[in-house]
Amino acid sequence: MQETGIPNETQTSVVEAIIRAEKIEKYYAQPSENRIQVISATDLKIVPGEILALLGPSGSGKSTMLRMLTGLSRPSAGQVYWHEKPIGDTEINVSIVFQSFALFPWLTVLENVEAPLQARGVPPDERRERSLRMLDTVGLDGFQAAYPKELSGGMRQRVGFARALVVEPEVLFMDEPFSALDVLTAENLRSELLELWANKTMPTKAVFIVTHNIEEAVLLADRIIVLGRNPGHIRTDFRVQLAQPRDRKSEPFTQLVDYIYKVLTKPDVAPAQAPDQQAGPRVRDQRQMHYQMLPHARPGGMAGLLELLLDKGGRDDIYRLADDLAFEIDDLLPIVDAAQLLGFLKIEEGDAAITESGAEFANSEILRQKELFRDAAVKNVLLLRQIRRALETKSDHTVPEDFFLDVLDEQFSEEECLRQMETAVTWGRYAELFDFDASRRRFVLPDAQEEEVDANEEAE
Amino acid sequence: MKIQHPFARSLVTFRSWPFVIDLGVALCGLAVFFAILHMAAYWMGTPVPVVPISHSISALPLYAFYSLVRIGIAYLLSLTFAITYGYIAAYNPRLEVWMIAALDILQSIPVLSFLPPVVLAMVALIPGHQLGIEMGVILLIFTGQVWNLAFSFYSSLKSIPREMTEASRIYRYSAWQRFWQLEMPNAAIGLVWNSIVSVAGGWFALIACEMFTMGDRNFQLPGLGSYLQTATFSGDMRALFAGIAAVILIVVATDQLIWRPLIAWSDKFKFEQVESSDRVTSPILTLLQRSTLLSSIPGRIWTHIEEPIYRRMAQTKTCRIVQPLDQDTKRRSGTPGLWIAAALAILVIAWGADQAFLMLRTVSLADVRLLLLGAGATFLRVNASLLISAAWTIPVGVAIGFNPKLARIVQPVAQVMASVPATAFFPILLIGLVKLGGGLGVGSVALMLLGTQWYILFNVIAGAMSIPSDLKEAASLYRFTRWQRWTTLILPGIFPYLITGMVTASGGAWNASVFAEYSHLRHHTLQTIGLGAQIDAATDSGRFSILLLATILISLMVVTMNRLVWRRLYRLAETKYKLEG
Ligand SMILES: Nc1ncnc2c1ncn2[C@@H]1O[C@H](COP(=O)(O)OP(=O)(O)OP(=O)(O)O)[C@@H](O)[C@H]1O
Ligand SMILES: [Mg+2]
Repeated sequence: MQETGIPNETQTSVVEAIIRAEKIEKYYAQPSENRIQVISATDLKIVPGEILALLGPSGSGKSTMLRMLTGLSRPSAGQVYWHEKPIGDTEINVSIVFQSFALFPWLTVLENVEAPLQARGVPPDERRERSLRMLDTVGLDGFQAAYPKELSGGMRQRVGFARALVVEPEVLFMDEPFSALDVLTAENLRSELLELWANKTMPTKAVFIVTHNIEEAVLLADRIIVLGRNPGHIRTDFRVQLAQPRDRKSEPFTQLVDYIYKVLTKPDVAPAQAPDQQAGPRVRDQRQMHYQMLPHARPGGMAGLLELLLDKGGRDDIYRLADDLAFEIDDLLPIVDAAQLLGFLKIEEGDAAITESGAEFANSEILRQKELFRDAAVKNVLLLRQIRRALETKSDHTVPEDFFLDVLDEQFSEEECLRQMETAVTWGRYAELFDFDASRRRFVLPDAQEEEVDANEEAE
Repeated sequence: MKIQHPFARSLVTFRSWPFVIDLGVALCGLAVFFAILHMAAYWMGTPVPVVPISHSISALPLYAFYSLVRIGIAYLLSLTFAITYGYIAAYNPRLEVWMIAALDILQSIPVLSFLPPVVLAMVALIPGHQLGIEMGVILLIFTGQVWNLAFSFYSSLKSIPREMTEASRIYRYSAWQRFWQLEMPNAAIGLVWNSIVSVAGGWFALIACEMFTMGDRNFQLPGLGSYLQTATFSGDMRALFAGIAAVILIVVATDQLIWRPLIAWSDKFKFEQVESSDRVTSPILTLLQRSTLLSSIPGRIWTHIEEPIYRRMAQTKTCRIVQPLDQDTKRRSGTPGLWIAAALAILVIAWGADQAFLMLRTVSLADVRLLLLGAGATFLRVNASLLISAAWTIPVGVAIGFNPKLARIVQPVAQVMASVPATAFFPILLIGLVKLGGGLGVGSVALMLLGTQWYILFNVIAGAMSIPSDLKEAASLYRFTRWQRWTTLILPGIFPYLITGMVTASGGAWNASVFAEYSHLRHHTLQTIGLGAQIDAATDSGRFSILLLATILISLMVVTMNRLVWRRLYRLAETKYKLEG
């Protein structure tokens, strides 16, 4: 660890930054007049000569950060500078490669690549020549007349790269550029990108890549920043000093991946290698918050994971678990988080260890599993407990979804509220805590229990 | 290099076509030139409110031409207005809510009831020329066409994928480039389909309002509508049929020469991941695309116009800086211009409301009672026509939709039928009714049916075709009974489409009621109880207060129906019955 993940200190402050963010914050106004803080005051620098990866769990504000750094979104507070001039009134030269490619389906490949040059007033002949050269560079020679829908995903993203690089950007931004592609294609594109970068084929001085794939970050980046959420803040920022090309199987590589994984799975604990913690913002602690963030995992997934863990003697390295399951590590993350939240497993030193209740859960048949799940859910999950209580107290045993959305709204963004609610419904239905009438958007007590509860009330 | 070879070969092969077409294009150019000359001479002539309408067949081409020009102008006006309106509504959060609410109400008002005041206003505004009456009618058709176009454009703008907008910002597109490369392409498909509906509505209204009576004044404009009515009055059946044939011919030609090629062309604006196999084809479009003249000259001219614009725009400050997308930071407190406009609008509205109130006070209680009765009758009639349409189109449409080969033939036909203005058939219907001694009550329902059932049929076919075949197979595998098949598979499957069709049809039916419930036939005046009849009668006798109240009533009913019934069903269709095929 010592030789790979050293804190990012003096090196960067000597060189003049291309983009410098100073105490940028972002709030989003909610329809209910609440304002949600998505990013708390953050300083960040993009300096020439490095590939910078921004990692973080879903919803931590990675994309928001990228958009503020590119001038697409204005910070609610603080300022972004481009060569020390405010970004809102200077001509900047950046490109973005998007996750969804964002190509225009009605333009041919060539027209798509030409469009940014057209916007800059480049005359037609030069435009054409530069675009064709760029298509050649990314390996799309001969496809200029095709439409994006005729291409495979990988080729489409190549067009995305060509369009981004044709304007010779000083900083190339990418927002999860490979996550819509299959594993092999992604691997291919990644190594080609590294090749372009290493050979200095592109005049680009810095690359900024947003990803939620830990391995991808360690493969590509010279520097990695990990964001935490609620609200988004920098948890750790360090240099990667492994030589390129990097070997996934090598010891330092896996150690670094493990380290990042540990940082990600323990949102409450300060990162072990506490690098350069600016005396910045007070970060709100997850535990002070009213509601836990429910990880978006299904009960069936948790059962599967626990059974596997039991098979392996009750304890295993999470990274290896993901490998065994052929899961991307960050697909496994929410399942692990959920099981941890319910007290079915514990995380120790990057290992997942099954708890007593977890073992019982994994060993039981389905009806018993539901019971155990119900107990764990009521005990550990505030939202589920509240829904159940509300249903039991109300005389008609139904409560509108909006009621809880309003409460969640104070804490989560609108979109996140909906996702939280969706997860709560999945869990609650599985545990038979309640049912959800999707057409009326109301929670209801399951029929059988309704009578039971009524009977109890009368008895009292 | 490889790419260029087949391209060159195709140029050689298709040499024989372009020449003929190019010649045709040149001739069309000449024709357009003379047509404009002629129109100008006619418009600038002194106004003759009662142009004598001939019913000789030789007059038909000229009349058809006049009607076409009216429709064309109204449509172009609508398109321009709709795009402007949609643009402002989508990009101005302050105005958005207001503009969309206004849209919702305006599209519920049956335009035909506004005919007399609009024409009077226009005649007063442009005195001394035929143009005044013409403008009145064109304005009226315009108001009937514009709202769904505006709404379609607005919602296309709102549904542009976020990352695409971001791409256009980060690559510093100018407003010009954004419009042509992002916004218009994104809106194209919606605009084409809505144009078809709009123009059909335009024909319906035009035929009805080229000739009308107000008080002791007769207004008529030379055109297909007045030709048909004159032929009916004079009992000239040959002329009547010729007129109807001309209307149908025009509708079919429009479909083949304009809409089909446009639909086929707009296919490239679809957001699809893979190329779909079955798409609308249009021989005309293929021909046009092969014409050397047409495919190169406009392109070249366009480039000459465009390039300087791009170069100029690239120099401007706004284009050199990445414009943020957020709304929250640019809460400008409105430009003075906006405030003045808003104040003016409020003044005008207040004045209008005041005038309307004064006018409404003159309406007697007995009149109100009569109007309410009429409202009830019309309401029943509209819904009866919807029910009848649904009753036959659902089984027929499903049967057709389950047979893809048949559907491919019938669906375009239904689309054309929906575009044939039912008002053209109304005279025949009336003659038949008088002969049979039936009342106008039946006649008006028949007219509504004639105009609206095709929309439902068209959509039901589309719905039935969209039911995935694996679901159908599952249904037969599990030996569903006929009842089960209908209730669990077919009805839920076509539900969203059915609702879309019914909403369009109901709008059409309300509009038709104004025209259908009251009619002059030679020396009779046929009428039945209904709001539409009262509107027409009020027009005849020039009683604007009744006209106003009746229009308000109709609009109220339409808006209420939309809010209470259709919107809910829509939501249900979107949430519960959405089949991801
Ligand atoms: N326009 C917006 N209005 C309101 N809330 C928003 C908006 N954009 C983003 N958010 C919220 O801000 C938070 C951060 O979003 P962001 O997209 O930046 O996260 P992310 O880290 O990129 O997540 P992912 O990995 O899912 O892409 C999320 O909770 C999101 O719901
Ligand atoms: Mg994101």
